[in-house]
Amino acid sequence: MENLVAVLICLPFLLALLPLAVSNEKARGCVIYAGGAVILLLSVITAVLWFQDGTTLIFDLPASEIFDKIILAGDFILMFVIIWLSVKHHKTVISFLSVIQTGLVVWVELFGPKVEHTAHIRLDWLSFIMILIIGVIGVAIGIYAVGYMHGYHKHHKDIRDRRRFFFAMIFLFYGAMFGLVTSMNIIWLYFFWEITSVCSFLLIGYTGTKEAVDNSFRALWMNLLGGLAIAVAIVYAIYAEGTVNLYDIIENGKNAGLLIPIAMLAFACLTKSAQFPFSGWLLGAMVAPTPSSALLHSATMVKAGVYLLVRLSVALNGNSVGQMVYIIGGFTFFAASLLAISQSDGKKVLAYSTISNLGLIVACAGVGYEETSWAAIFLIIFHAVSKSMLFQCVGAIENATGSRDIEDMQGLAVRYPKLAFVLMVGIAGMFLAPFGMLISKWAALRAFVNAPSTLMVLFIVFGSSTTMFYWTKWFAKILGLHESRGEDVTQPSEYISMYFHAVFLILLCVGFPIVSKHVIEPMMLDMYGVSSPVLSEGNIAIMVIMVCAIFVVPTINYLLTRKVKDQPVIVYMGGANAGDNKNFVDSEGEAKELQISNWYMGEWFGEDKIFRPSVAFGTLMLVIFLCVIIGGAI
Amino acid sequence: MKNIHKSPWLLHYDGSSCNGCDIEVLACTTPVYDVERFGVVNTGNPMHADIFLITGGINSQNEDVVRQIYEQMPSPKVVLAVGTCACTGGIFKECYNIKGGVDTVIPVDIYVPGCAARPESIIDGVVKAVALFQKKHEQEKGER
Amino acid sequence: MFGEYLNRFVMMFVFLVAAPFIGGLLDGIDRKLSARMQGRKGPGILQPFYDVAKLTQKQLLAVNKFQLLMVMSYLFFVMLSGALFFGGCDMLLCFFSLSTAAMFLILASTSTHSPFSTIGSHREMVQMMAYEPMELLTAVGFYLATGTFRVLDIVKADIPAILYAPGFFVGFVFILTIKFRKSPFDLSTTHHAHQEVVKGVTTEMVGIEYATTTVAEWYENVFLLGVVALFFINSNPLSYLAALVAVAVVFFLEILIDNTSARVKWQLMLKLAWGVTLITGGLNLLILELIQRR
Repeated sequence: MENLVAVLICLPFLLALLPLAVSNEKARGCVIYAGGAVILLLSVITAVLWFQDGTTLIFDLPASEIFDKIILAGDFILMFVIIWLSVKHHKTVISFLSVIQTGLVVWVELFGPKVEHTAHIRLDWLSFIMILIIGVIGVAIGIYAVGYMHGYHKHHKDIRDRRRFFFAMIFLFYGAMFGLVTSMNIIWLYFFWEITSVCSFLLIGYTGTKEAVDNSFRALWMNLLGGLAIAVAIVYAIYAEGTVNLYDIIENGKNAGLLIPIAMLAFACLTKSAQFPFSGWLLGAMVAPTPSSALLHSATMVKAGVYLLVRLSVALNGNSVGQMVYIIGGFTFFAASLLAISQSDGKKVLAYSTISNLGLIVACAGVGYEETSWAAIFLIIFHAVSKSMLFQCVGAIENATGSRDIEDMQGLAVRYPKLAFVLMVGIAGMFLAPFGMLISKWAALRAFVNAPSTLMVLFIVFGSSTTMFYWTKWFAKILGLHESRGEDVTQPSEYISMYFHAVFLILLCVGFPIVSKHVIEPMMLDMYGVSSPVLSEGNIAIMVIMVCAIFVVPTINYLLTRKVKDQPVIVYMGGANAGDNKNFVDSEGEAKELQISNWYMGEWFGEDKIFRPSVAFGTLMLVIFLCVIIGGAI
Repeated sequence: MKNIHKSPWLLHYDGSSCNGCDIEVLACTTPVYDVERFGVVNTGNPMHADIFLITGGINSQNEDVVRQIYEQMPSPKVVLAVGTCACTGGIFKECYNIKGGVDTVIPVDIYVPGCAARPESIIDGVVKAVALFQKKHEQEKGER
Repeated sequence: MFGEYLNRFVMMFVFLVAAPFIGGLLDGIDRKLSARMQGRKGPGILQPFYDVAKLTQKQLLAVNKFQLLMVMSYLFFVMLSGALFFGGCDMLLCFFSLSTAAMFLILASTSTHSPFSTIGSHREMVQMMAYEPMELLTAVGFYLATGTFRVLDIVKADIPAILYAPGFFVGFVFILTIKFRKSPFDLSTTHHAHQEVVKGVTTEMVGIEYATTTVAEWYENVFLLGVVALFFINSNPLSYLAALVAVAVVFFLEILIDNTSARVKWQLMLKLAWGVTLITGGLNLLILELIQRR
């Protein structure tokens, strides 16, 4: 196992060199496919081997001293990269953040009090799930990216082709994420955390335009702020608790009330998972090519934040740190879903929906009850799959139609039936009963009612309704009439990945009771010492019946209505149709095209109305709670 | 189906009338006359309508509209021309833009004359239309 | 155990068979009462049945044949939510299923790309956004009052839910006006002759399609009135009588509101619905939370 995990973490780093080295496009594609397949296989093997036993494993990697040295050196390399790039782009201020945190960590590591040796790696249920998500979803995105980037550079001739670099970054991401979810030593965790920050920074800036660079630096400073918080947590843990073991810190937070490192780590999670007031970076990340958005939003990056929060959730129950986390999470859930209403750019809607769903996960983890953690983990799983699929699909649509505006997706089901199918499954997965996200929302609502927390219940019920609104209007746009079929330029590799996701999502929805019973419940037993089924068996049965019904009923109805005699008719436009469904006769007696648009309610939910107040509210909450926590500790 | 005549839904279309007949048509739905007693609903939608009630004559502007609305009504359907203008073109018949009565565009089943047609006679016409509606339905069923 | 299951299935069956008749009758009574309030004689109370029967006999004109299957799926999911409710299942589940049903209605309506039905369905979405928080809160209210989401257990409670959840009740009755498509909130479609967007969501539904939608609405109305009744029902058999009276009063109230108010804009509807939800539901929730903390 030791060796396997070592390979799992290190191999992606080595594989990252391959796309850098191969300049021929075809060959590079093959290399990436092969590399991806290896990583996928490795992660699945690791997961399966671990699953057979199903017990928490704690161990050192072979030659762990060397790893310690590499990580120390890595911290410096990252720092220099950041300094170099910030100076290059005249944003020197940002490099200070990096210098301070690296300085702090290196200083306590080298000159601080010696702490007891802790094992570096811990494999448990949560790591198991995360390894699978990163391995399976992450690699699928990598495979999709090969086809996508091919089309992307055909469309955007003005952007410098840095694909070699792009794929190297993606592989780096895999490695960093594997490391992050298995690390037990908080210094290791910090190192991998920083890699993801820097990688995402580089990916966001891929196109090199001014907007991209600005956005990438916004992402960088926000994430570095999180890194700084971890550095503080490390220093505090070493001096006050004499440990660098994440689980000791959590244990101390829970039992001894040492909340400062917990608060710092939670703060880092909030930045990473783009909660208000740090939501700006994830929106800015939309300038990057779609696969990197998909990667950041679904399998990696933002999931790092919620992963750590779920880890911490045991120590968050019933204290002020937990309150801070769940209030910010719940608020983000609601505010981001309001903001999503006003957006017509498909990717932007997805971005807000990510922020909003992460908010829900954060809130669930923040409350720290068993049921909410159950819900949080299901949300992580379902969100990873659906969101990755949706991003890929919107990317493919953009390559095919030249637009990712929802208004231009009218009648997509007629024009690109295959893409529309994927899109519909993805959207349904995000909000429709009885798909995944809704199950989790349901469990979360029950848990908050039990908590009891009026504020959170209100956030969830209002957030659910606004979520429903923005998804429904998108969904309704896809179905609908359109005259022509479009030419589908989507590459086979993209379809492989998208269909894989669609099937996977449906399987997950049908099979979620099994997942719950055999994976999540043992995990709860591990974390909380108790485990009870969150949903009763009767309800689960009904849910599964509903999942089937949602596919079966329309199909049966289709078969039933296929033979029904009908007479085609044109739509009613007050009798003023110009002979078809598309045009009407205007006041001058000429045919005019009918334009039907969705509602965006900019006056109510526009970014200019809500975004700043939300950031302000988030900041206020953060400041108040941090003062309370730190004041309480002193 | 026996009782199809118990639910005649109306679509009221105003051609180029002087609005006199329209007022009278609306009067039919007021408490004094209350055509809803017979199940009549004044729907605004051809897709839901059974009886196409037209007031006023046909001009070159509304010719296509009338034809289109007629086509958008599912059969069985009955056309009811209310008022002298709808029946023949009436006082406007010689106008440069008037084609004539409704029957110049679509087949009319029942004519209700009058200028303006009185609510009583309109209701009378509707009742006749209802009977015809039932008859047409039975005919259609026979053909099937 | 077996007896209980049998009981539940019988209830489901009774709902599925009887609801359209009850819903249709209620619709007829509604029309009669409305007519009387307006000083008219009005149609017979069986009129809605004649209407639906006629609609099934009409020729099927279709803009998009897809619409028919969507409308049928809508009916199925409405029936499912009602059956789950009367079968004593989890209330949240019933409401989620109802949202799924509403989704199919919207898809049916937008699939035609018709201007009127599209505007109607956008308004329908706003209506959903307006009433959904209160709908979910109602389930929460039942939970806080009786300690369970299961209808089967709620009816066995010692004290009726209304005593603990009067705020939720008021809020629910408020959004019921939206759900029943009553003025002033009949934005997406209306039961009265027509409105500025013709028939809104149902504009393009012809014959059998419209009949299906109407029947689905009857099912939905019976289900929702069942929720109203549930506020009063407890282990005491007499409470069923009280529930019946309450349902009658609420139903009458809805008709009265319908006949005495004019349609509002969506902005006001959203503000009102959310405001009322926050004040009634939110306040009630807060009070119950404080009591529980004790």
